[in-house]
Amino acid sequence: MESNLITEDKHKNKLEKAFEILKTMASKPSGLIGLSIVLFHVVLALLSPYIAPYDYKAISPNTMLLAPSAEHWFGTDSLGRDVFTRTILGGRTALTVTFFGSLIALLWGGLLGIFCGLVGGKIDDVVMRVVDAFLSIPWILAMLLIVSLLGTSTEVLIPALGFFYGKGIVRVARAATHDVIAKDFIVSARARGHSNMSIIWNEIIPNVRDAILVEGAMRWSWMLLGFSSLSFLGFGVSPPTPDWGLMISNARGLMSFAYWSVIAPIVGLSSLIIGINLTADAFAKALGIDRSTKAPV
Amino acid sequence: MNEIIESVKNLSIGFNSQKGKQISILRNVSTNIKKGETVGIVGESGSGKSTLALAMMGYIKQGLFPLKGECLFKSKDLLKMSSRQLEKIRGRKIAMIPQNAGQALTPNLKIGYQIDEALKLHTDLNKTERDKKISELLNKVRLPSPETMAFRYPHELSGGQQQRVAVAMALAGKPDLLLLDEPTTGLDVTTQAHVLELLRFIAKDTGTSMIYVSHDLGAIAQVSDRIVVMYAGEIVLEGPARKILKEPIHPYTYGLLKSIPKLSLAGLPASMPGSQPQPGSINEGCSFYDRCNLATDNCKKNSPDLEHIKELDTNVRCFNYRELINQNNNLQTSITKKLNNSEANEVLKLMDVSISYAKQKFFDQLLNKISDQNPTVKDINIDIKKGETIALVGESGSGKSTILKSIAGLLKTKDGQIKFENDRILSSDLKMRNPNDLRAIQLIFQNPDESLNPNHTVEQILSQPLKLYFNLSGEELKKNIIDLLKKVRLGEFYMSRYPRQLSGGEKQRVAVARAFAAKPDIILCDEVTSALDVSVQAAVLNLLQQLKEDLGTTYVFVSHDLAVVRAISDRVAVLYQGRLCEIGPSQNVYKFPSHPYTEVLLGAVLEPDPDIKPKLVAEDIVEEKPPEKGCSFQGRCPRKIGDICNLEVPPWQIGENGNAIRCHINIDELASLQQ
Repeated sequence: MESNLITEDKHKNKLEKAFEILKTMASKPSGLIGLSIVLFHVVLALLSPYIAPYDYKAISPNTMLLAPSAEHWFGTDSLGRDVFTRTILGGRTALTVTFFGSLIALLWGGLLGIFCGLVGGKIDDVVMRVVDAFLSIPWILAMLLIVSLLGTSTEVLIPALGFFYGKGIVRVARAATHDVIAKDFIVSARARGHSNMSIIWNEIIPNVRDAILVEGAMRWSWMLLGFSSLSFLGFGVSPPTPDWGLMISNARGLMSFAYWSVIAPIVGLSSLIIGINLTADAFAKALGIDRSTKAPV
Repeated sequence: MNEIIESVKNLSIGFNSQKGKQISILRNVSTNIKKGETVGIVGESGSGKSTLALAMMGYIKQGLFPLKGECLFKSKDLLKMSSRQLEKIRGRKIAMIPQNAGQALTPNLKIGYQIDEALKLHTDLNKTERDKKISELLNKVRLPSPETMAFRYPHELSGGQQQRVAVAMALAGKPDLLLLDEPTTGLDVTTQAHVLELLRFIAKDTGTSMIYVSHDLGAIAQVSDRIVVMYAGEIVLEGPARKILKEPIHPYTYGLLKSIPKLSLAGLPASMPGSQPQPGSINEGCSFYDRCNLATDNCKKNSPDLEHIKELDTNVRCFNYRELINQNNNLQTSITKKLNNSEANEVLKLMDVSISYAKQKFFDQLLNKISDQNPTVKDINIDIKKGETIALVGESGSGKSTILKSIAGLLKTKDGQIKFENDRILSSDLKMRNPNDLRAIQLIFQNPDESLNPNHTVEQILSQPLKLYFNLSGEELKKNIIDLLKKVRLGEFYMSRYPRQLSGGEKQRVAVARAFAAKPDIILCDEVTSALDVSVQAAVLNLLQQLKEDLGTTYVFVSHDLAVVRAISDRVAVLYQGRLCEIGPSQNVYKFPSHPYTEVLLGAVLEPDPDIKPKLVAEDIVEEKPPEKGCSFQGRCPRKIGDICNLEVPPWQIGENGNAIRCHINIDELASLQQ
């Protein structure tokens, strides 16, 4: 007697659901391209220490600024280092730093936003004004301060980036919570006498998780750009660590006659950003969230 | 009169499912609209009535497409026209009045300007002629002082007035056909009756044909000449309004009419089992087979055609309609419910309760008090006895839900006390209440789509209160959940489902089960049936009554629907602007003498009977806030006797039937006035 159309997704565990979402993402060309690009970068980053043909820091005056060839696929830079090696290892650095950075941003931004949205009132007012104040500080200046005080190791960069990119997530999480908070199931939980923590955990998080995850994916691509900008300016990871921003910065003066040393990291960086953006969009669509209706931060 | 202006022929509309299967929403629909005729299209949600109505103006929702058939307007097929050609017809020949005029009007343009736009588009009048026409139109839809009304913005009008403006806009192009999609659904009872009266007048006055789409047989009965009953995308019954409503010869219509609570009947309406099949799930046989008590084996295999019955002038899609032809007196029956034993103790007392939504001033905030001389809800005194169902009735803004929230502890009271069991005062702050008091009072909400977490399975939803109050886990938790589901007549297999996989009625059952999970003493029901279809509503009402009789729970039942209240409650309290007007045993409140406001409300109730016309005794003005002095109903009262009503709060008078009325007019005089 009951409808048999809608009972299909009845017995599915979390893994199957995740697979389902991936399948939906890959069903559109843009999603498929995005996913493949990200997957390609991730695989390359994981394998890079094993497939890198040269030592990334081996300086050799004999091989300075060689054009791409069978021996050096992407040529060599001004210090004679293999650009291919440095590019694939640079991807590893960028992905590690920004992945953990976005994870931190997602956690603190998401939880704080949900909390503020739920409790409202004065606490919300104060916290949001503080967040606004931080948003008004140009992040790159603040990063410069942190880096010059604490150094440029990844242990400093990851939490610092995570902090600065989490501010925006606070607002998104708070707005998403506000959408849910007026619904009767929250009122019902309140009237039953559940604690705030229980309401956040059981009632709110399942309903705002998707929106926050999509936002986090977008932040990831912005963070990549931010991280590379820092390195480009010389405040990111320090040489000789292979890093795209650093590589572009070092090679840009020689662009007119040794374009190869700057092209590879640029292609790496922009393709990864495009890939993440496409994936985030497909992810949002697969979850049924229309990003175009999301309020700008 | 017999000229056909629009005819639908064998229309099927459908969509492609994700698996590439073609699923039809409308199946082989044929009907004709004659000139000057009002046709009511009635059906439950998902029956395809709106899809049909929209197709009649050549519009098909995105994702749907016509599978076959045609929609002929003046013998031209609307579904084959280009959007250019349709532009010339829409607004000028066929106009539409939307369900929610408040959303259909542009909020930042004046009313007059918006009507002017319609006139510019559809007529060749010049500026002065148009200005004249605007006030003419506003006059026609009976808006007060049309000259100043034209310069108002939509938000300055009440819901009823906005709907009237929408009617005026639709009439601007002098259409031959007016399409009304649930035009009175969001309105208060009195406003609804007024708007319907206006529509009937316009139909007669202008000779415009109307298609009136609604789920509400009461509203359809008031306006239609002919009724089309839709079920699962098919027309199942079609004929003159009187015939359909008085002698329904299709089992679905028969059941539907029986499941509507009526003012004249005290008991609960009979419910129909099951729910409407989803599109695409019917392969063979009659679509109503599952729920029909006349069904035979033939109905399972073969689907009946729409058959014309000459003597009744009716089309019916049923093999066994003859069995229904001579049984129609049975329509006026109801299930009698056990009356509550009035000797029981009081379980909840509201004493001088006032609630204010006014924002606290800074100093008051420091002193933690509310200084509002004219609060939204004032001086509510109600004693609720154990095991009774008390209903709070009133239009929107009467404070009925506000009182409910205060009892639940979700809203702080300004003054007064709420006492629970043995005169223990309940704190007005939710956090100060002890867990046992929280458990004892549970809420059921209006819309189960909002009150159930969409990301939780039924099991998770029901385990929340069980874990919280009884610390259950593991097998015991599961056993309790299955018991609860059984109580609300749902099977064990519902445990793993999400709310989106349930029908409206099933969702509300889960919500009911969640409230009962806490083993509460009092359940607060906030318009629990108003989001449901009629046949489902009857089932939920019956379920609530059954649970109450089994478990001895007390209900505080809030509703705007007087007929539903009549069906379920033992006692009724009528509220206007947050003040009590009348309170008493329900059979007495529905009898005279009543408070003038109760009289107005009762008069405006629409019954699914073309012979019972609503009595419109008061204007449908909407008051923004309660008057500061005197009687709360002074602004609209049809029986106002003078200054005393404006200045003094009326005294309570007890009628001989035991209902208390708050009015300055002597109760015996009131009785003789109302006879």
